[in-house]
Amino acid sequence: MQALTEVVSRTVVLRERNIDTDQIIPARFLTTTERKGLGKHAFNDWRTLPDGSANPEFPFNRAENIGARILVAGRNFGCGSSREHAPWALTDLGLRAVVSAQIADIFRSNALKNGLLPIVLDDAIVDELLEQPGVELRIDVAQRTVTLPDGRRVQFPLDAFAQTCLLEGVDQLGYLLKQDRVISQFEQHRQRQEFRHAS
Amino acid sequence: MTSQPKTLFDKLWDAHVVTPETEGAPAILYVDLHLIHEVTSPQAFAELDARGLPVRRPERTKGTLDHSTPTLPANASGQLPYVNDEARAQVDTLRANCARFGVELFDYDSPQRGIVHVMGPEMGLTQPGQTIVCGDSHTATHGAFGALAFGIGTSEVGHVLATQCLLQRKAKTLAITVEGELAPGVSAKDLILHVIGVIGVNGGTGHVIEYRGSAIRSLSMEQRMTVCNMSIEAGARAGLMAPDDVTFDYLRGRPRAPQGEAFEAAVEQWKSLRTDDGATFDSEVRIDARDIQPTVTWGTHPGQVAAISSRIPGSDGTDEAKARDYMGWDPNAAVAGRAVDVVFVGSCTNSRLSDLREAASVLRGRHVHPRVRMLVVPGSEQVKREAEREGIDRIVRAAGAEWREPGCSMCIAMNGDLVGAGQLAVSTSNRNFEGRQGKGARTVLASPATAAACAVAGEITDPRPYLTTQPAPHASAQLETV
Repeated sequence: MQALTEVVSRTVVLRERNIDTDQIIPARFLTTTERKGLGKHAFNDWRTLPDGSANPEFPFNRAENIGARILVAGRNFGCGSSREHAPWALTDLGLRAVVSAQIADIFRSNALKNGLLPIVLDDAIVDELLEQPGVELRIDVAQRTVTLPDGRRVQFPLDAFAQTCLLEGVDQLGYLLKQDRVISQFEQHRQRQEFRHAS
Repeated sequence: MTSQPKTLFDKLWDAHVVTPETEGAPAILYVDLHLIHEVTSPQAFAELDARGLPVRRPERTKGTLDHSTPTLPANASGQLPYVNDEARAQVDTLRANCARFGVELFDYDSPQRGIVHVMGPEMGLTQPGQTIVCGDSHTATHGAFGALAFGIGTSEVGHVLATQCLLQRKAKTLAITVEGELAPGVSAKDLILHVIGVIGVNGGTGHVIEYRGSAIRSLSMEQRMTVCNMSIEAGARAGLMAPDDVTFDYLRGRPRAPQGEAFEAAVEQWKSLRTDDGATFDSEVRIDARDIQPTVTWGTHPGQVAAISSRIPGSDGTDEAKARDYMGWDPNAAVAGRAVDVVFVGSCTNSRLSDLREAASVLRGRHVHPRVRMLVVPGSEQVKREAEREGIDRIVRAAGAEWREPGCSMCIAMNGDLVGAGQLAVSTSNRNFEGRQGKGARTVLASPATAAACAVAGEITDPRPYLTTQPAPHASAQLETV
């Protein structure tokens, strides 16, 4: 995983609450066996009009948003399915952070494994950001702060382990593989327990 | 030594902690059973390949084919009608990965293949006290057995394949206690839709739910699975229930459960899997079973529910107005009476034998409304066989509905089983998100009895009159053993 220390970008705003992973990447695009290339299908059903043409109103179709790295979205972003294709599609679009008043558990976990920073801020601040698309934010991963357009710096919660992984580009599988000895010990203990009733 | 009273979740968690969590690192949690399917596993196996890693405990991983699989049978030359070549390649990829890494796969030629959350329990792979994960958010289904079961992403599928472990922060606990008796004609699906309506689509976020109370204890195992299945629809990490005699009776004799004396020994251990008196939960919600009526969703997430006898909201709140527009409702419209185009009975929520019996009891001797296309999709090969033995397939076909091969089908709608744009589907599945069943499709979630009643009526209707009155006997279709 690529290290992520800072994100400075204008915001793209999707004001809807409860944006589920079926909106982020509809299921009919999940037949792929690859991680890459899903950005072109991100928000497919919101991006296209019924005749298949691009919806000019949809924020990700607007020229000023090309290259934006921060998405600000309504509460409970990423609810629904566990598909990791959702953060894959968003990072393929170029996003590196999602800001919302609440982010669903599995999406948050998946995002962190793909260098996409889930940032939960107070409703009042998120509401301000939802009202002003395109403002510039500065996210500092080491300080766990977001600098708002008026210069205020606000803290966001970030698990210390996830923070280290992001800052150092450490992948979690590498960390787990190093725990082989304790896992083996646990397995011996667990197998004895299971053996008691399974034999 | 006095020990602190523990919740069921505490006990399951503690029994699987390899290393406890600290401020700087999550816990390492051991996984007893890992279920995989074709959609969320290929990139995980590719990660193992890229690092030259084996599967650490292949015997703890089981594979099935369910999401991308056609529900129409093979043609005369043996070709399955996949929606596209990519779907076929995805199935072939899982087959190749399981063969290379030594993982057991319940393939098309297996009499046990089925939707992952139907197959695991019916084979007895799912057992109380286990940790169970799958790259699928409806893994909470297995929590009905007193297991800690939850959905994971594909990176985590790779973690489990390579290490049999996951990095996890311990979730909070939420007790949902449902006391009292469900009214006649009110099902487990109505119960869980009502619960999600009460706590909200994000009411369980960050929590593991334990369902408790007399109404929960009186449910059958299949009904309990329907309830736990939809825990994620309230945002919860997992949903679980303490195992009891209903659980043990269900598991006894299942092929992958312990057998004979070993089973009875296991039961003695499993009996300790309950929340201790005096243990506390982070949050608690109490629900009176008598308040629950036949319930459906009206909106575009599973928290937007209404009793069939009621009206949808007329408020101007943006979320509700947007959902109303998408679904094509007028403000304050009556739920009952809305015309229906498609009815789907199936999915990991409601495709087990008791669900199909419930639908068949409504369809028996009746006919699907001419406006309606109805699909009935059993959850597994075993469910299909048992249903056919009882003549349920004949009742379904005689009513004018389609009887399909097992799979996820129209719930996730990635195999070509689609609802058309603008059509209204009454579906026994678990998600009514925009476009879930096809671009522009409108989904109303309901119980199997409600879905079947809607198919007959051609409109949204209360199933209870159909459950209490029987039409004249139907010559071509008789239930033999129901």
